Amino acid sequence: MARRAPSRPGHDEARPSRSAGAFRRPCEVPVTPQPATHAAGGAEPVSAASSRDGSKDGSALVVEHLTKRFGDRVAFDDVSFEVGYGEVFGFLGPNGAGKTTTVRTLGTLIAPSSGSAIVAGIPLSAKNGSAIRSRISMMPESPGLYLRLTVTENLQCFAGLYELGNVHGRIERALGAVNLEDRARDLCGSLSKGLRQRVALARALLDDPAVLFLDEPTSGLDPVATREVHELIASLRERGVTIFLTTHRLEEAERLCDRVAILNTTLRMIGRPDELREQLFRRSLDVRLRAPLDDPKAVFGAVPEIEGWEQTPSGYTLTVSDPDLAAPALARALVGAGADILSIAESRHSLEGVYLELIDEDVEAKAR
Amino acid sequence: MSFSWTRVGALLRKELRDYRRNRFVIGTMAAVPVLFITLPMIQLIDADVTGNTAHLSLRIGLSLLYMLVIPVTMPSVVCAYSVVGEREQGTLEPVLTTPIRREEFLIAKALAAFVPTLVIAYAVFGIFLAVAALFAHPVIVSAIYAGPHILVQFLFTPLLAGWAIWVGIAVSARSTDVRIAQQLSVLGSVPPLVILALMSLNVITESTALAIGLAAALLAFDLLAWRVVAAMFDRERLVIGRRG
Repeated sequence: MARRAPSRPGHDEARPSRSAGAFRRPCEVPVTPQPATHAAGGAEPVSAASSRDGSKDGSALVVEHLTKRFGDRVAFDDVSFEVGYGEVFGFLGPNGAGKTTTVRTLGTLIAPSSGSAIVAGIPLSAKNGSAIRSRISMMPESPGLYLRLTVTENLQCFAGLYELGNVHGRIERALGAVNLEDRARDLCGSLSKGLRQRVALARALLDDPAVLFLDEPTSGLDPVATREVHELIASLRERGVTIFLTTHRLEEAERLCDRVAILNTTLRMIGRPDELREQLFRRSLDVRLRAPLDDPKAVFGAVPEIEGWEQTPSGYTLTVSDPDLAAPALARALVGAGADILSIAESRHSLEGVYLELIDEDVEAKAR
Repeated sequence: MSFSWTRVGALLRKELRDYRRNRFVIGTMAAVPVLFITLPMIQLIDADVTGNTAHLSLRIGLSLLYMLVIPVTMPSVVCAYSVVGEREQGTLEPVLTTPIRREEFLIAKALAAFVPTLVIAYAVFGIFLAVAALFAHPVIVSAIYAGPHILVQFLFTPLLAGWAIWVGIAVSARSTDVRIAQQLSVLGSVPPLVILALMSLNVITESTALAIGLAAALLAFDLLAWRVVAAMFDRERLVIGRRG
């Protein structure tokens, strides 16, 4: 698989030409804190991020060299990133990568071993715990509802814990946001798992949080319930809610997140999903021909945009600098060489491909 | 952020609603005191007043001791569940992610056990007094109503309940299993009862000074325990089961 080394987010990097099929190792910690309202590449702004007060400046989360150890075991190490207001930030990683521990640390449930963070504008410290928690909401993996209480009673309890005014109005609004107005009087114990997850989301929205932490919100849900939760998150994104989403569902992150970070104890990569693909994989074209070329070196060498090539069972994979320029030039060269072209297509690497490459890399490193 | 009675009230209301909906909890809470009241009442109604006065006094003392067992045993099981039970149920973490402070959380949990305990213990004692007045021999009635018995009951009921509640919550905050927490908290609630039992059985000679001393000690414990248990309350340990 053609793969390129990830660049440091926020830094331009010269990309030397390499032959197809070759790839560089990703740098060990390719992340540094970066301006939250800018894309990892530092070139384009991240979606329409805006804070609750309408400002596009400032960060909802600033995390610097945060580490948590449990005795000898490292939960996560030297993690640094920023999240802008209004951004949906995906935090990906395999089981045991430290995602939930990171969320709990930022939510003041767990004290970090070292490093610092600013959560919703407040420095992370034991004495600021209550103040931070009053500005954020967390939805743990398990909804954690009081099953003998009704939906409204559950929300009333949490409205009281946040000392919110206009409780009735807020509950109505939160239930409206998750389309659960008609189930307000139902006991939570009578709800399906998907509906309980929606109640938990309504609970997390009650206090209009500056940052909403969603920890594996679709874990254990069937496809229909998962789709419902995805739609809810997408609607929150439209409303400009800052969301920190941990998941190991890559399609979820790809669909919902402005930027993603891949954590495997250390933060491996951070950026927009398409940037991660670009950082990790070199751009390439897949060519299918009716018959192999007699002299592929001569044909491909005549196209300047082609940086390298390799033969595959179905044709050729070409590493190119720009697929949009390379494809027409390649077609002309192939026709000139008398080849029968079946297809020329740009290779599309999914976020899953990026993720698996990085995780496999870690597994191999550990094995060594 | 300062201490908030609004947050305490929110959690307390939730607890009381939860009790109301869980009839098994209320049923068990009420059933045990009924057992405690039945036997001593039968013994008193059936007592032979012509016999030894020391024996009669002992029997009255034992009956009243049963009344004091109620505020000790009743809240211990509920309190043992209060933290570790919520943790096992998965409801603790969402609560701990709110601005609630540990002192507020603990006061809410303590009040949620204290209020029903006090109501039931006083109600049972009231029934005991009424039944004794109606059916017991006048000698027994005057022995119960005269002297410091009623005052002792009213004074020691909340103090003993406070002891049992804080011991139960402390055990619950440090336990990883509800069953172990319940057993330990019942055991932990026994010590002050032993002293009262020794007084009731005349092993320790009852005196006003001793009663006041014991009450003062219990009161001091109840007031200090809140802070001590708050210091033992560790969000990290509660969320992940150990300290990093």
